[in-house]
Amino acid sequence: MNMYTLLSMMFQHQKEDFFFPSQASENAATVDFIFYFIFYVSLFAFITIILATAIFAWRYRRSKVGMTPEDSPHHSTTIELVWSIVPSIFMVMMFWYGFEDYTERRTAPSDSYEIQAKASKWQWEFVYPNGATSYGFVDAGEYLGKGLVVPFGKNVRIRLESSDVLHSFSVPNFRVKMDVVPGRYTDVWFKAIKMGDFPIFCTEYCGTKHSRMLSTVHVVSEEDFAVWLKENQEDPNATPVDKGKRLFAAKCTACHAVDGSVKIGPALNGKYGTTENIVGGTVMIDDNYIRKSILNPKADIVVGFENVPMTSFAGQLSDDDISNITAYLKSLTE
Amino acid sequence: MSAHDNHPEGVAHHFESASQQFDSGKLGIWTFLLTEVLFFSALFVAYTMYRNNYPEVFQFASQYLDTNLGALNTLVLLLSSFTIAWGVRNAMLGETKKLTINLIITLVCAAGFMMIKAEEYGHKFHEGTLWGGHEHSIFKLDANDVDPHMAEHSLAFNNPDGEFTAAVKDLDPEFRQKLGIFFGIYFCLTGLHGIHVLIGMILLSWLLIRNLRGEFGPKNFAAVDFIALYWHLVDLIWIFLFPLLYLIS
Amino acid sequence: MAPTTNTLDRTNYLNATKGFMSWFWTIDHKRLGLMYLWSVITCFILGGFFAMKIRLSLMPGAVDFATQTAEQMNAYNNAFTVHGAVMIFLVIIPSIPAALGNFVVPMMLGAKDVAFPRLNRFSYHLWLIGALLFVATLIIGNLDTGWTFYPPYSTGHTDPSVITAVLAAFILGFSSIFTGLNFIVTIHKMRPPEMTWFKMPLFLWAIYATAVIQVLATPVIGISLLLILVEKTMQIGIFTPELGGDPVFFQHLFWFYSHPAVYIMVLPGMGIMSELFATFSRKPIFGYRSIAMSSIAIAIFSFIVWGHHMFISGQSQLMSVIFSALTFSVAVPSAIKVFNWISTMYKGSISFTTPMLYGMSIIWLFGIGGLTGLFLATLGTDIVFHDTYFIVAHFHYVMVGSALFGFIGGIHYWWPKMYGKVVDGPLAKLGCLLSFVGFNMTFLPQFVGGSKGMPRRYAAYGSEQGFDDWNYWSTMGAMVLCAGLFIALFALLRSFFVKGTLAPANPWGGVTLEWQSPSPPPEHNFEIAPPVVGDPYDMSLVEYVSEEEGFLPVNPRSDDPCVADVKPEEA
Repeated sequence: MNMYTLLSMMFQHQKEDFFFPSQASENAATVDFIFYFIFYVSLFAFITIILATAIFAWRYRRSKVGMTPEDSPHHSTTIELVWSIVPSIFMVMMFWYGFEDYTERRTAPSDSYEIQAKASKWQWEFVYPNGATSYGFVDAGEYLGKGLVVPFGKNVRIRLESSDVLHSFSVPNFRVKMDVVPGRYTDVWFKAIKMGDFPIFCTEYCGTKHSRMLSTVHVVSEEDFAVWLKENQEDPNATPVDKGKRLFAAKCTACHAVDGSVKIGPALNGKYGTTENIVGGTVMIDDNYIRKSILNPKADIVVGFENVPMTSFAGQLSDDDISNITAYLKSLTE
Repeated sequence: MSAHDNHPEGVAHHFESASQQFDSGKLGIWTFLLTEVLFFSALFVAYTMYRNNYPEVFQFASQYLDTNLGALNTLVLLLSSFTIAWGVRNAMLGETKKLTINLIITLVCAAGFMMIKAEEYGHKFHEGTLWGGHEHSIFKLDANDVDPHMAEHSLAFNNPDGEFTAAVKDLDPEFRQKLGIFFGIYFCLTGLHGIHVLIGMILLSWLLIRNLRGEFGPKNFAAVDFIALYWHLVDLIWIFLFPLLYLIS
Repeated sequence: MAPTTNTLDRTNYLNATKGFMSWFWTIDHKRLGLMYLWSVITCFILGGFFAMKIRLSLMPGAVDFATQTAEQMNAYNNAFTVHGAVMIFLVIIPSIPAALGNFVVPMMLGAKDVAFPRLNRFSYHLWLIGALLFVATLIIGNLDTGWTFYPPYSTGHTDPSVITAVLAAFILGFSSIFTGLNFIVTIHKMRPPEMTWFKMPLFLWAIYATAVIQVLATPVIGISLLLILVEKTMQIGIFTPELGGDPVFFQHLFWFYSHPAVYIMVLPGMGIMSELFATFSRKPIFGYRSIAMSSIAIAIFSFIVWGHHMFISGQSQLMSVIFSALTFSVAVPSAIKVFNWISTMYKGSISFTTPMLYGMSIIWLFGIGGLTGLFLATLGTDIVFHDTYFIVAHFHYVMVGSALFGFIGGIHYWWPKMYGKVVDGPLAKLGCLLSFVGFNMTFLPQFVGGSKGMPRRYAAYGSEQGFDDWNYWSTMGAMVLCAGLFIALFALLRSFFVKGTLAPANPWGGVTLEWQSPSPPPEHNFEIAPPVVGDPYDMSLVEYVSEEEGFLPVNPRSDDPCVADVKPEEA
């Protein structure tokens, strides 16, 4: 425990304050401390310059002073040095606090519990070490999916990956944020110290429904977490249709409905076995077309959806996954 | 009014003297060349970054570039730089005919450079040694995605008789993909350089026409001087490109 | 009695030649400056329209979070892209350097024109082509990448309007490069021999520093945007992760330009501040050398801090730390400038003219904009504020609050020189006041919304997210700001139609050379070389003459026609 961790205790607050949402992670108080340190220094500087401006403006107004002011120095090395060096000292402090905090928050402790977060347009999918999965996004104002569930009081490292464009994983209550970059892994870690539900935002612009790439992180006790993990593990005896339904909910529902309504893409219920108009012809919707649409969606686009190209799921869904999804779509027709 | 009456001939209205005008032009062209260098810089940084991250990819990739043609092009450009430099001297001394000859040689060299470059490009399109996103590229992450026609006849892809270090089809997928990046950078750098050569040819032709009209002489050679500087820069960039791309080992 | 140094009823650069081509094909820096000015103002109105579209659709209750359709979200995404792109590429970057700089720089130097008048005209035409292409793309296409064009979204996931947009930005970039090049050569080679570097007005120092940035940084964005273009049309792969490329690399290239670009925007505003504070305090600027040197320092430092836009982009930790430390280095020269301006007021004779009111507003606005920058240079807090409305508010305080208010202040300051009319009435002051109040109302709430986590570039916020109050006040403020700016514009336009308020050569008491030419100036700026080349801030060189409603040089040269008319009568 170093000096500023001690200082930061002064800035602990359970509830939302004027600037920040409640502190739900161990590091939050440190960030808030750095913020308030800079804030008060800046406020002092700001008040000083504004007061000086106002006082000079009033005291030396032309109607009082006349056209020719009395002589005054045009420069003063001493005073110029003072107002260069004093702010610099404060800036060195700011840098140092920020730097210490940053290195601590960028390096996950080795005992961290690791959860994978997969970002795609426009949803989050979370994969837990035991194979349990959950997802989250917002549709029609509703938060769908179970979101991210994490144990209370434990170091959690979230490994981030993106399958399409840049996203960014942000939980204001934890004071964490990290870009999700396609083609490489990034990560973020925190230790939740407050039970409850906190919002997750995508904070790197990612297209049409960027503003709906929201989810919730649920901080639960370690016991509840263990139970939750077990419940959400995939049932080995599940039928392909059930498995497909699960996958569909996690991967496809951000854009495709199964109640006949058009979201970003067409609704997919009752489509299996029918003929569909595609750009440059018609196609029978069968196992092969579904497979092709998942792996290479730009090949045969349904008429009316030319401007909203779907992202390929090649590399994200295995052959088994695809046949399970196909089984599920088939079941929606029967 | 007095300033206008005895304004020196051939000096624009806003300059006081011919030397002020010439110095301004000189500073202007040097500043412009600086922006040109920075214009290329992003690509050189891309080159440095990727080469630093994947040195073995770059080493491997350079075997597909024709070092002989590259060297020939270097000589052609060096010659053109020499003739244009001589041309500047001709202009200063008022040797109009010699200037014409030097300008023509420079232009021929530039055209020769572009023809050799076109030959190289053609060969790469034939072989499929292209950036990864091109439909005929042989550098696909999945070797099965390579255009079947290319997969059949591309020497680099199949490596018959062990002509190359290894066959592209047998490479590690990631390695193959990064080869595509090398060629992306290769085509961007040489393409951008090629565009500069073409612009240079237009400028040289303009000089040639003006010279044939007899516009240049000891008092008016600024245009020749400045365009020659530009041409030297184009040459210089190639001097960097040649070893960086062709001579990696 | 009308000032004798007003030439509206005589031949001046405005009426010397007539007809469309005499303007469109002019090489006169003053006319080009005015054409830039009005083009920029037009674009500003366009960008402002989209700003209002954004603010109105974020007004709580305007859009239902639950039922907003994908088309509506696209429309919003399009609006913020158009707003950002127009305001940055078409308004702020050319505002002070190209519009005011073109008008003022040669006159301050006592020169007849910039070094390359034809190149100057070419810059403007290039700008015009770029601007038309850009605006057409933005309005016809559905550009929704944000002004940053980040791949892989821009290259692989959105519609083809990116191609023409980056092409247009590329053309605009070259226009900017040529303008910068012209200024560098002009300032180096066109100075009168008596004007040494340290006798140059501070506006010229600022423009010089800006020009250096324009020339050094703009080519890099040019090539980067060109790469986005080839990436999108030919899948070249350098930035595309599917092809093994690196999207973060683009961010480095982009910010290598775009951070210095911030100083292209704000440095000239600072230059105007220095002129305003000296003139309206009737006192030599305090710490001339440190202001001049801080401009150069800012120009140099601006090139080594770009990584602070990328603390959470995935760049290495070490780089983030280095960039954080370097970023603070920019804060020092900026602070020095503010302290110097305030000290200039000390024991001065301060007149509250409209330009000075803008100047004093900037102390407040740049104070907030600069100080909130400290939170963003600091690693720990930047992580929290990155991509939230805290950033949005911060850069608006700097880029609008400082650069744009500087621009408007500068317009008021040089308006008499441009058009021979003084705009300094209650209406102009009301415009300034309302803009100032409206601006703070718009953006102060955004700091708080941002620190609470409100992400930027969101088409709508649900009420449960708790940002409604901040959005409400912000939208209200935007309306006040909009009203203020229109009043300011109206006051300027009104001056063409009202009689009176004719400007003398030097209505404010500036000592820089442009004030020694009549208002408006003749075609070649000065009929003879300007008579007095002294210290640019030695206020004893001019004195107030009440018949003239302005200032005149104390010891005019006998052959100065502009003053010779007046002085003998007086004597």
